[in-house]
Amino acid sequence: MKERIFSQDHLLGIEQLSVDDIETILETAEAFIEVSSREVKKVPALKGKTVVNLFFENSTRTRSSFEIAAKRLSADLINFNSSISSLKKGEALKDTVLTLEAMNPHIIVIRHSASGSPHYLTTFARSSIINAGDGFHEHPTQALLDALTIQQRLKTLRGLKIAIIGDILHSRVARSNIILHQKMGNEIALIGPPSLVPREFEKMGASVYYDIRSGVKAADVVMMLRVQEERGARNYFPSIREYRNRFAINREIFALAKKSAILMHPGPINRDVEIETSMADSEQSVILQQVTNGIAVRMAVLYLLKGEIHETLN
Amino acid sequence: MDEKIKAKIMDDKKMKRTFLRLAMEILERNREEENLVLIGIQTRGVHVARRIQQLIKELESIEIPLGILDITMFRDDLHKHEQQPAVKKTRIDFSIEDRDIILIDDVVFTGRTIRAAMDSIFELGRPASLQLAAFIDRGHREMPICPDFKGKYLPTSRRERVKVMLQEIDGQDQVLIMEPKGF
Repeated sequence: MKERIFSQDHLLGIEQLSVDDIETILETAEAFIEVSSREVKKVPALKGKTVVNLFFENSTRTRSSFEIAAKRLSADLINFNSSISSLKKGEALKDTVLTLEAMNPHIIVIRHSASGSPHYLTTFARSSIINAGDGFHEHPTQALLDALTIQQRLKTLRGLKIAIIGDILHSRVARSNIILHQKMGNEIALIGPPSLVPREFEKMGASVYYDIRSGVKAADVVMMLRVQEERGARNYFPSIREYRNRFAINREIFALAKKSAILMHPGPINRDVEIETSMADSEQSVILQQVTNGIAVRMAVLYLLKGEIHETLN
Repeated sequence: MDEKIKAKIMDDKKMKRTFLRLAMEILERNREEENLVLIGIQTRGVHVARRIQQLIKELESIEIPLGILDITMFRDDLHKHEQQPAVKKTRIDFSIEDRDIILIDDVVFTGRTIRAAMDSIFELGRPASLQLAAFIDRGHREMPICPDFKGKYLPTSRRERVKVMLQEIDGQDQVLIMEPKGF
Protein backbone atom coordinates (compact mmCIF):
# COMPACT_ATOMS: atom_id res chain seq x y z
CA MET A 1 0.00 0.00 0.00
CA LYS A 2 1.30 3.43 -0.97
CA GLU A 3 1.80 5.63 2.06
CA ARG A 4 1.02 9.29 1.72
CA ILE A 5 3.38 11.78 3.26
CA PHE A 6 2.03 14.73 5.21
CA SER A 7 4.92 16.90 6.22
CA GLN A 8 3.48 18.76 9.22
CA ASP A 9 3.58 18.08 12.97
CA HIS A 10 1.17 20.93 13.66
CA LEU A 11 -1.42 22.94 11.79
CA LEU A 12 -0.47 26.51 12.62
CA GLY A 13 -1.60 28.21 9.46
CA ILE A 14 -2.01 27.84 5.73
CA GLU A 15 1.31 29.65 5.45
CA GLN A 16 3.25 26.58 6.59
CA LEU A 17 1.50 24.20 4.18
CA SER A 18 2.76 23.18 0.77
CA VAL A 19 0.34 22.75 -2.12
CA ASP A 20 0.83 18.99 -1.67
CA ASP A 21 -0.15 19.26 2.00
CA ILE A 22 -3.29 21.18 1.07
CA GLU A 23 -4.22 18.61 -1.53
CA THR A 24 -3.56 15.75 0.89
CA ILE A 25 -5.87 17.33 3.47
CA LEU A 26 -8.61 17.86 0.89
CA GLU A 27 -8.35 14.32 -0.51
CA THR A 28 -8.47 12.87 2.99
CA ALA A 29 -11.46 15.07 3.82
CA GLU A 30 -13.26 13.80 0.70
CA ALA A 31 -12.85 10.27 2.01
CA PHE A 32 -14.12 11.25 5.46
CA ILE A 33 -17.34 12.76 4.08
CA GLU A 34 -18.67 9.22 3.68
CA VAL A 35 -18.29 8.51 7.41
CA SER A 36 -20.73 11.30 8.24
CA SER A 37 -23.33 9.85 5.87
CA ARG A 38 -23.37 6.49 7.65
CA GLU A 39 -25.96 5.35 10.09
CA VAL A 40 -23.21 4.67 12.61
CA LYS A 41 -21.03 7.75 12.20
CA LYS A 42 -17.88 6.46 13.79
CA VAL A 43 -14.60 4.91 12.73
CA PRO A 44 -11.86 3.74 15.09
CA ALA A 45 -8.98 5.67 13.47
CA LEU A 46 -8.06 7.72 16.56
CA LYS A 47 -9.15 5.30 19.26
CA GLY A 48 -7.18 5.93 22.44
CA LYS A 49 -6.09 9.43 21.41
CA THR A 50 -7.04 12.47 23.44
CA VAL A 51 -7.90 15.82 21.90
CA VAL A 52 -8.16 18.98 23.99
CA ASN A 53 -10.29 21.89 22.81
CA LEU A 54 -8.63 24.91 24.37
CA PHE A 55 -10.74 27.94 23.52
CA PHE A 56 -9.91 31.32 24.98
CA GLU A 57 -12.47 33.06 22.79
CA ASN A 58 -16.14 32.38 22.41
CA SER A 59 -16.95 29.90 19.71
CA THR A 60 -19.75 27.48 19.27
CA ARG A 61 -19.39 26.40 15.66
CA THR A 62 -15.68 25.79 15.41
CA ARG A 63 -15.53 24.18 18.83
CA SER A 64 -18.49 21.85 18.14
CA SER A 65 -17.15 21.07 14.70
CA PHE A 66 -13.82 19.93 16.16
CA GLU A 67 -15.70 18.04 18.85
CA ILE A 68 -17.86 16.13 16.37
CA ALA A 69 -14.85 15.49 14.14
CA ALA A 70 -12.80 14.06 17.01
CA LYS A 71 -15.69 11.90 18.22
CA ARG A 72 -16.42 10.48 14.77
CA LEU A 73 -12.80 9.31 14.74
CA SER A 74 -13.28 7.71 18.19
CA ALA A 75 -10.88 10.08 19.94
CA ASP A 76 -11.59 11.22 23.50
CA LEU A 77 -12.22 14.93 23.74
CA ILE A 78 -11.95 17.38 26.57
CA ASN A 79 -13.43 20.86 26.28
CA PHE A 80 -11.42 23.36 28.21
CA ASN A 81 -13.58 26.46 28.25
CA SER A 82 -11.57 29.29 29.54
CA SER A 83 -13.50 31.71 31.64
CA ILE A 84 -10.22 33.09 32.89
CA SER A 85 -10.64 36.54 31.45
CA SER A 86 -7.69 37.87 33.41
CA LEU A 87 -5.46 35.31 31.81
CA LYS A 88 -2.26 37.03 30.96
CA LYS A 89 -0.41 36.13 27.85
CA GLY A 90 2.91 34.40 28.11
CA GLU A 91 3.50 32.62 31.34
CA ALA A 92 -0.08 32.07 32.34
CA LEU A 93 -0.96 30.55 28.96
CA LYS A 94 2.13 28.42 29.24
CA ASP A 95 1.10 27.20 32.67
CA THR A 96 -2.39 26.34 31.47
CA VAL A 97 -0.97 24.32 28.62
CA LEU A 98 1.66 22.62 30.77
CA THR A 99 -1.07 21.59 33.19
CA LEU A 100 -3.15 20.14 30.38
CA GLU A 101 -0.12 18.41 28.93
CA ALA A 102 0.51 16.68 32.23
CA MET A 103 -2.62 14.71 31.32
CA ASN A 104 -0.90 13.51 28.13
CA PRO A 105 -3.21 14.67 25.36
CA HIS A 106 -2.15 14.03 21.76
CA ILE A 107 -3.63 17.05 20.07
CA ILE A 108 -4.44 20.52 21.40
CA VAL A 109 -6.85 22.67 19.41
CA ILE A 110 -6.38 26.28 20.42
CA ARG A 111 -8.26 29.49 19.77
CA HIS A 112 -6.79 32.60 21.27
CA SER A 113 -7.14 36.34 20.73
CA ALA A 114 -3.37 36.78 20.59
CA SER A 115 -1.94 36.26 17.12
CA GLY A 116 0.83 33.69 17.17
CA SER A 117 -0.23 31.90 20.35
CA PRO A 118 -0.41 28.46 18.64
CA HIS A 119 3.14 29.00 17.37
CA TYR A 120 4.22 29.90 20.88
CA LEU A 121 2.74 26.64 22.20
CA THR A 122 4.88 24.59 19.83
CA THR A 123 8.00 25.92 21.51
CA PHE A 124 7.32 23.91 24.63
CA ALA A 125 4.32 21.61 24.12
CA ARG A 126 4.71 17.94 23.29
CA SER A 127 1.32 17.58 21.58
CA SER A 128 0.36 18.45 18.02
CA ILE A 129 -1.10 21.94 17.96
CA ILE A 130 -4.01 22.96 15.75
CA ASN A 131 -4.74 26.64 15.29
CA ALA A 132 -8.51 27.21 15.47
CA GLY A 133 -8.10 30.96 15.07
CA ASP A 134 -5.43 33.24 16.52
CA GLY A 135 -6.23 36.94 16.77
CA PHE A 136 -6.26 38.65 13.40
CA HIS A 137 -3.78 36.16 12.02
CA GLU A 138 -5.02 32.81 10.67
CA HIS A 139 -7.90 30.33 10.82
CA PRO A 140 -6.54 27.53 8.66
CA THR A 141 -9.32 24.94 8.98
CA GLN A 142 -11.85 27.53 7.78
CA ALA A 143 -9.82 28.23 4.64
CA LEU A 144 -9.44 24.48 4.06
CA LEU A 145 -13.16 23.79 4.38
CA ASP A 146 -13.83 26.72 2.06
CA ALA A 147 -11.39 25.19 -0.43
CA LEU A 148 -13.11 21.81 -0.17
CA THR A 149 -16.49 23.44 -0.81
CA ILE A 150 -15.14 25.34 -3.82
CA GLN A 151 -13.60 22.16 -5.20
CA GLN A 152 -16.86 20.25 -4.81
CA ARG A 153 -18.97 22.90 -6.51
CA LEU A 154 -16.62 24.18 -9.19
CA LYS A 155 -14.69 20.90 -9.71
CA THR A 156 -11.37 22.71 -9.50
CA LEU A 157 -9.27 24.85 -7.18
CA ARG A 158 -7.22 26.48 -9.88
CA GLY A 159 -7.65 29.29 -12.35
CA LEU A 160 -10.35 30.97 -10.27
CA LYS A 161 -11.19 34.51 -9.31
CA ILE A 162 -11.96 34.75 -5.59
CA ALA A 163 -13.69 37.92 -4.37
CA ILE A 164 -13.59 38.50 -0.61
CA ILE A 165 -15.84 41.26 0.68
CA GLY A 166 -15.93 43.01 4.04
CA ASP A 167 -13.72 43.51 7.04
CA ILE A 168 -10.51 42.09 5.62
CA LEU A 169 -8.37 43.91 8.17
CA HIS A 170 -9.67 42.05 11.20
CA SER A 171 -10.43 38.78 9.49
CA ARG A 172 -8.26 35.74 10.07
CA VAL A 173 -10.59 33.85 7.74
CA ALA A 174 -9.73 36.28 4.95
CA ARG A 175 -6.02 36.07 5.69
CA SER A 176 -5.95 32.25 5.59
CA ASN A 177 -8.01 32.27 2.39
CA ILE A 178 -5.74 34.84 0.74
CA ILE A 179 -2.67 32.72 1.54
CA LEU A 180 -4.34 29.54 0.33
CA HIS A 181 -5.52 30.96 -2.97
CA GLN A 182 -2.22 32.68 -3.46
CA LYS A 183 -0.58 29.25 -3.19
CA MET A 184 -3.08 27.75 -5.63
CA GLY A 185 -2.33 30.57 -8.07
CA ASN A 186 -5.84 32.06 -8.04
CA GLU A 187 -6.74 35.69 -8.61
CA ILE A 188 -7.82 37.41 -5.40
CA ALA A 189 -10.00 40.52 -5.23
CA LEU A 190 -10.46 42.17 -1.84
CA ILE A 191 -13.43 44.48 -1.50
CA GLY A 192 -14.50 46.81 1.29
CA PRO A 193 -14.18 50.34 2.67
CA PRO A 194 -10.59 51.67 2.61
CA SER A 195 -10.49 51.64 6.41
CA LEU A 196 -11.05 47.86 6.43
CA VAL A 197 -9.11 46.95 3.27
CA PRO A 198 -5.73 48.65 3.48
CA ARG A 199 -3.57 48.71 0.36
CA GLU A 200 -1.03 46.69 2.36
CA PHE A 201 -2.86 43.59 1.17
CA GLU A 202 -1.61 44.18 -2.36
CA LYS A 203 1.74 42.97 -1.04
CA MET A 204 0.11 39.58 -0.47
CA GLY A 205 -0.66 39.46 -4.17
CA ALA A 206 -4.30 40.53 -4.02
CA SER A 207 -6.04 43.36 -5.84
CA VAL A 208 -7.98 45.87 -3.74
CA TYR A 209 -11.34 47.32 -4.78
CA TYR A 210 -13.41 49.93 -3.03
CA ASP A 211 -16.29 49.43 -5.43
CA ILE A 212 -18.11 46.12 -5.02
CA ARG A 213 -19.28 45.98 -8.65
CA SER A 214 -15.85 46.09 -10.21
CA GLY A 215 -14.50 43.66 -7.62
CA VAL A 216 -17.22 41.04 -8.04
CA LYS A 217 -17.17 41.17 -11.82
CA ALA A 218 -16.48 37.74 -13.37
CA ALA A 219 -15.71 36.18 -9.96
CA ASP A 220 -16.04 32.41 -9.50
CA VAL A 221 -16.35 32.68 -5.74
CA VAL A 222 -17.92 35.50 -3.75
CA MET A 223 -16.91 35.22 -0.12
CA MET A 224 -18.67 37.49 2.34
CA LEU A 225 -17.23 38.30 5.74
CA ARG A 226 -19.23 39.17 8.80
CA VAL A 227 -19.23 42.70 10.12
CA GLN A 228 -17.51 41.96 13.41
CA GLU A 229 -19.19 44.35 15.76
CA GLU A 230 -17.47 42.77 18.76
CA ARG A 231 -14.14 43.76 17.28
CA GLY A 232 -15.22 47.35 16.88
CA ALA A 233 -15.82 47.13 13.14
CA ARG A 234 -18.44 49.83 13.49
CA ASN A 235 -15.71 52.36 14.19
CA TYR A 236 -14.35 51.86 10.68
CA PHE A 237 -17.37 53.05 8.71
CA PRO A 238 -19.99 55.73 9.35
CA SER A 239 -23.08 53.54 9.74
CA ILE A 240 -24.39 50.04 9.14
CA ARG A 241 -26.79 51.52 6.65
CA GLU A 242 -24.02 53.03 4.58
CA TYR A 243 -22.04 49.81 4.78
CA ARG A 244 -25.03 47.86 3.58
CA ASN A 245 -25.66 50.21 0.72
CA ARG A 246 -22.12 49.94 -0.53
CA PHE A 247 -20.88 46.45 0.39
CA ALA A 248 -23.80 44.10 0.96
CA ILE A 249 -24.34 41.36 -1.59
CA ASN A 250 -27.69 41.22 -3.33
CA ARG A 251 -28.98 39.54 -6.49
CA GLU A 252 -28.19 42.45 -8.73
CA ILE A 253 -24.54 42.58 -7.71
CA PHE A 254 -24.13 38.82 -7.56
CA ALA A 255 -25.31 38.67 -11.17
CA LEU A 256 -22.06 40.43 -12.16
CA ALA A 257 -20.11 37.36 -11.10
CA LYS A 258 -19.81 34.30 -13.35
CA LYS A 259 -22.95 32.28 -14.01
CA SER A 260 -21.51 29.32 -12.11
CA ALA A 261 -20.37 31.48 -9.19
CA ILE A 262 -20.99 30.43 -5.60
CA LEU A 263 -21.67 32.54 -2.53
CA MET A 264 -19.78 31.73 0.66
CA HIS A 265 -19.85 33.00 4.22
CA PRO A 266 -17.92 31.65 7.22
CA GLY A 267 -20.87 32.40 9.48
CA PRO A 268 -22.53 33.48 11.59
CA ILE A 269 -24.30 35.61 9.01
CA ASN A 270 -25.89 38.97 9.71
CA ARG A 271 -28.92 38.82 7.46
CA ASP A 272 -29.63 42.09 5.70
CA VAL A 273 -26.34 43.57 6.85
CA GLU A 274 -23.63 42.07 4.66
CA ILE A 275 -25.92 39.61 2.93
CA GLU A 276 -29.44 40.06 1.57
CA THR A 277 -31.63 37.41 3.10
CA SER A 278 -32.93 35.91 -0.14
CA MET A 279 -29.32 35.62 -1.34
CA ALA A 280 -28.30 33.66 1.77
CA ASP A 281 -30.97 31.05 1.04
CA SER A 282 -30.41 30.94 -2.72
CA GLU A 283 -29.23 28.05 -4.88
CA GLN A 284 -25.83 29.69 -5.27
CA SER A 285 -25.31 29.91 -1.54
CA VAL A 286 -23.08 27.15 -0.14
CA ILE A 287 -23.08 28.40 3.44
CA LEU A 288 -24.52 25.22 4.97
CA GLN A 289 -22.34 22.99 2.82
CA GLN A 290 -19.37 24.85 4.32
CA VAL A 291 -20.51 23.86 7.80
CA THR A 292 -20.90 20.19 6.81
CA ASN A 293 -17.51 20.17 5.11
CA GLY A 294 -15.98 21.68 8.24
CA ILE A 295 -16.41 18.35 10.01
CA ALA A 296 -14.75 16.35 7.21
CA VAL A 297 -11.83 18.78 6.97
CA ARG A 298 -11.28 18.76 10.73
CA MET A 299 -11.44 14.95 10.75
CA ALA A 300 -8.79 14.94 8.03
CA VAL A 301 -6.52 17.30 9.96
CA LEU A 302 -6.92 15.36 13.21
CA TYR A 303 -6.22 12.13 11.36
CA LEU A 304 -3.18 13.38 9.44
CA LEU A 305 -1.57 15.01 12.47
CA LYS A 306 -2.47 12.04 14.59
CA GLY A 307 -0.70 13.65 17.52
CA GLU A 308 2.23 11.47 18.24
CA ILE A 309 3.66 12.86 21.41
CA HIS A 310 7.06 14.09 20.34
CA GLU A 311 9.94 15.57 22.26
CA THR A 312 10.45 19.28 21.79
CA LEU A 313 13.82 20.65 20.84
CA ASN A 314 14.17 22.82 23.91
CA MET B 1 12.68 -0.94 -1.77
CA ASP B 2 14.00 -2.00 -5.13
CA GLU B 3 12.41 -5.13 -6.47
CA LYS B 4 12.94 -7.43 -9.38
CA ILE B 5 10.69 -9.96 -11.05
CA LYS B 6 11.26 -13.46 -9.73
CA ALA B 7 8.64 -15.24 -11.77
CA LYS B 8 5.64 -14.65 -13.96
CA ILE B 9 2.85 -16.80 -12.64
CA MET B 10 -0.09 -15.95 -14.88
CA ASP B 11 -0.64 -14.19 -18.17
CA ASP B 12 -3.84 -12.55 -19.41
CA LYS B 13 -5.24 -15.82 -20.79
CA LYS B 14 -4.80 -17.71 -17.54
CA MET B 15 -6.21 -14.81 -15.58
CA LYS B 16 -9.28 -14.64 -17.78
CA ARG B 17 -10.05 -18.31 -17.12
CA THR B 18 -9.52 -17.82 -13.40
CA PHE B 19 -11.85 -14.82 -13.29
CA LEU B 20 -14.49 -16.84 -15.13
CA ARG B 21 -14.17 -19.75 -12.71
CA LEU B 22 -14.43 -17.40 -9.71
CA ALA B 23 -17.61 -15.83 -11.13
CA MET B 24 -19.13 -19.26 -11.76
CA GLU B 25 -18.22 -20.58 -8.32
CA ILE B 26 -19.76 -17.56 -6.64
CA LEU B 27 -23.00 -18.10 -8.58
CA GLU B 28 -22.94 -21.83 -7.98
CA ARG B 29 -22.63 -21.51 -4.22
CA ASN B 30 -25.16 -18.69 -3.87
CA ARG B 31 -28.55 -19.83 -5.08
CA GLU B 32 -30.30 -16.54 -4.43
CA GLU B 33 -28.28 -14.35 -6.71
CA GLU B 34 -30.69 -11.43 -6.18
CA ASN B 35 -29.47 -11.30 -2.58
CA LEU B 36 -25.80 -11.10 -3.57
CA VAL B 37 -23.66 -7.98 -3.29
CA LEU B 38 -19.98 -7.56 -4.12
CA ILE B 39 -17.65 -5.40 -2.05
CA GLY B 40 -14.18 -4.71 -3.39
CA ILE B 41 -11.38 -3.59 -1.09
CA GLN B 42 -9.48 -0.47 -2.23
CA THR B 43 -7.76 -0.37 -4.60
CA ARG B 44 -7.04 -3.53 -6.59
CA GLY B 45 -9.83 -5.49 -4.96
CA VAL B 46 -12.26 -3.00 -6.49
CA HIS B 47 -11.06 -3.77 -10.01
CA VAL B 48 -11.12 -7.51 -9.36
CA ALA B 49 -14.70 -7.10 -8.11
CA ARG B 50 -15.69 -5.12 -11.23
CA ARG B 51 -14.36 -7.92 -13.44
CA ILE B 52 -16.39 -10.48 -11.53
CA GLN B 53 -19.47 -8.26 -11.68
CA GLN B 54 -19.06 -7.93 -15.45
CA LEU B 55 -18.62 -11.68 -15.96
CA ILE B 56 -21.71 -12.46 -13.88
CA LYS B 57 -23.60 -9.98 -16.03
CA GLU B 58 -22.44 -11.74 -19.19
CA LEU B 59 -23.22 -15.19 -17.79
CA GLU B 60 -26.64 -14.57 -16.25
CA SER B 61 -27.69 -11.08 -17.42
CA ILE B 62 -27.98 -9.84 -13.86
CA GLU B 63 -26.28 -6.84 -12.36
CA ILE B 64 -24.94 -7.58 -8.89
CA PRO B 65 -24.53 -4.36 -6.84
CA LEU B 66 -20.92 -3.41 -6.21
CA GLY B 67 -19.56 -1.44 -3.29
CA ILE B 68 -16.13 0.01 -2.62
CA LEU B 69 -14.53 -0.33 0.79
CA ASP B 70 -11.49 1.44 2.20
CA ILE B 71 -10.20 -0.24 5.33
CA THR B 72 -7.52 2.27 6.34
CA MET B 73 -9.36 3.57 9.38
CA PHE B 74 -9.83 0.05 10.69
CA ARG B 75 -6.21 -1.05 10.34
CA ASP B 76 -4.63 -2.57 13.44
CA ASP B 77 -1.30 -0.84 12.89
CA LEU B 78 -2.42 2.80 12.70
CA HIS B 79 -0.66 3.65 15.95
CA LYS B 80 2.60 2.21 14.63
CA HIS B 81 3.04 4.39 11.59
CA GLU B 82 5.29 7.41 11.55
CA GLN B 83 3.04 8.82 8.84
CA GLN B 84 -0.65 8.17 8.54
CA PRO B 85 -1.54 6.05 5.50
CA ALA B 86 -3.76 7.70 2.90
CA VAL B 87 -7.49 7.28 3.40
CA LYS B 88 -9.38 6.43 0.23
CA LYS B 89 -13.07 6.57 -0.47
CA THR B 90 -15.66 4.11 0.72
CA ARG B 91 -18.76 4.02 -1.43
CA ILE B 92 -21.50 1.52 -0.68
CA ASP B 93 -24.75 2.89 -2.10
CA PHE B 94 -26.98 0.06 -0.92
CA SER B 95 -28.02 -1.42 2.38
CA ILE B 96 -26.02 -4.49 3.33
CA GLU B 97 -28.66 -5.54 5.87
CA ASP B 98 -29.48 -9.26 5.34
CA ARG B 99 -27.55 -9.45 2.06
CA ASP B 100 -25.02 -12.11 1.10
CA ILE B 101 -21.76 -10.25 0.77
CA ILE B 102 -18.83 -11.39 -1.33
CA LEU B 103 -15.81 -9.51 -0.05
CA ILE B 104 -13.19 -9.29 -2.76
CA ASP B 105 -9.46 -8.55 -2.72
CA ASP B 106 -6.62 -9.21 -5.13
CA VAL B 107 -4.25 -10.94 -2.69
CA VAL B 108 -4.87 -12.45 0.73
CA PHE B 109 -1.73 -12.65 2.84
CA THR B 110 -1.64 -12.16 6.63
CA GLY B 111 -5.43 -11.76 6.80
CA ARG B 112 -5.18 -8.43 8.65
CA THR B 113 -6.77 -6.47 5.83
CA ILE B 114 -9.70 -8.86 5.81
CA ARG B 115 -10.06 -8.56 9.58
CA ALA B 116 -10.22 -4.78 9.18
CA ALA B 117 -12.71 -5.11 6.31
CA MET B 118 -14.98 -7.31 8.44
CA ASP B 119 -14.95 -4.79 11.28
CA SER B 120 -15.67 -2.03 8.83
CA ILE B 121 -18.57 -3.89 7.22
CA PHE B 122 -20.25 -4.68 10.51
CA GLU B 123 -20.28 -0.96 11.31
CA LEU B 124 -22.52 -0.58 8.28
CA GLY B 125 -25.08 -3.24 9.13
CA ARG B 126 -25.72 -6.93 9.66
CA PRO B 127 -25.35 -8.99 6.52
CA ALA B 128 -26.91 -12.45 6.15
CA SER B 129 -23.53 -13.90 5.25
CA LEU B 130 -20.03 -12.81 4.42
CA GLN B 131 -17.83 -14.76 2.02
CA LEU B 132 -14.32 -13.99 0.91
CA ALA B 133 -12.97 -14.15 -2.63
CA ALA B 134 -9.28 -13.56 -3.30
CA PHE B 135 -7.60 -13.75 -6.67
CA ILE B 136 -4.35 -14.98 -5.09
CA ASP B 137 -3.89 -16.69 -1.74
CA ARG B 138 -0.21 -16.44 -0.91
CA GLY B 139 -0.25 -18.08 2.52
CA HIS B 140 1.40 -16.81 5.74
CA ARG B 141 -1.89 -16.17 7.52
CA GLU B 142 -1.77 -14.51 10.93
CA MET B 143 -5.54 -14.56 11.45
CA PRO B 144 -8.11 -17.37 11.35
CA ILE B 145 -9.23 -16.35 7.88
CA CYS B 146 -9.67 -18.55 4.84
CA PRO B 147 -11.02 -17.47 1.43
CA ASP B 148 -14.23 -19.18 0.28
CA PHE B 149 -13.21 -18.59 -3.31
CA LYS B 150 -9.63 -18.38 -4.45
CA GLY B 151 -8.19 -17.87 -7.89
CA LYS B 152 -4.90 -19.51 -7.15
CA TYR B 153 -2.97 -20.71 -4.14
CA LEU B 154 0.57 -19.46 -4.49
CA PRO B 155 3.08 -20.49 -1.83
CA THR B 156 5.59 -17.66 -1.40
CA SER B 157 8.33 -16.62 0.92
CA ARG B 158 7.64 -13.67 3.22
CA ARG B 159 10.19 -11.38 1.62
CA GLU B 160 8.53 -11.76 -1.76
CA ARG B 161 5.59 -9.76 -2.99
CA VAL B 162 2.77 -10.89 -5.24
CA LYS B 163 1.76 -8.34 -7.82
CA VAL B 164 -1.63 -8.79 -9.45
CA MET B 165 -1.41 -6.45 -12.42
CA LEU B 166 -4.62 -5.35 -14.07
CA GLN B 167 -5.40 -3.71 -17.39
CA GLU B 168 -7.32 -0.91 -15.64
CA ILE B 169 -4.35 0.19 -13.53
CA ASP B 170 -1.22 -1.23 -15.12
CA GLY B 171 -2.21 -1.51 -18.77
CA GLN B 172 -1.87 -5.30 -18.80
CA ASP B 173 -3.09 -8.43 -17.05
CA GLN B 174 -0.48 -10.60 -15.37
CA VAL B 175 0.54 -11.99 -11.99
CA LEU B 176 4.17 -11.63 -10.93
CA ILE B 177 6.21 -12.65 -7.93
CA MET B 178 8.60 -9.88 -7.00
CA GLU B 179 11.65 -10.21 -4.76
CA PRO B 180 14.02 -7.62 -3.32
CA LYS B 181 17.04 -6.82 -5.45
CA GLY B 182 20.29 -8.34 -4.26
CA PHE B 183 18.86 -11.78 -3.51
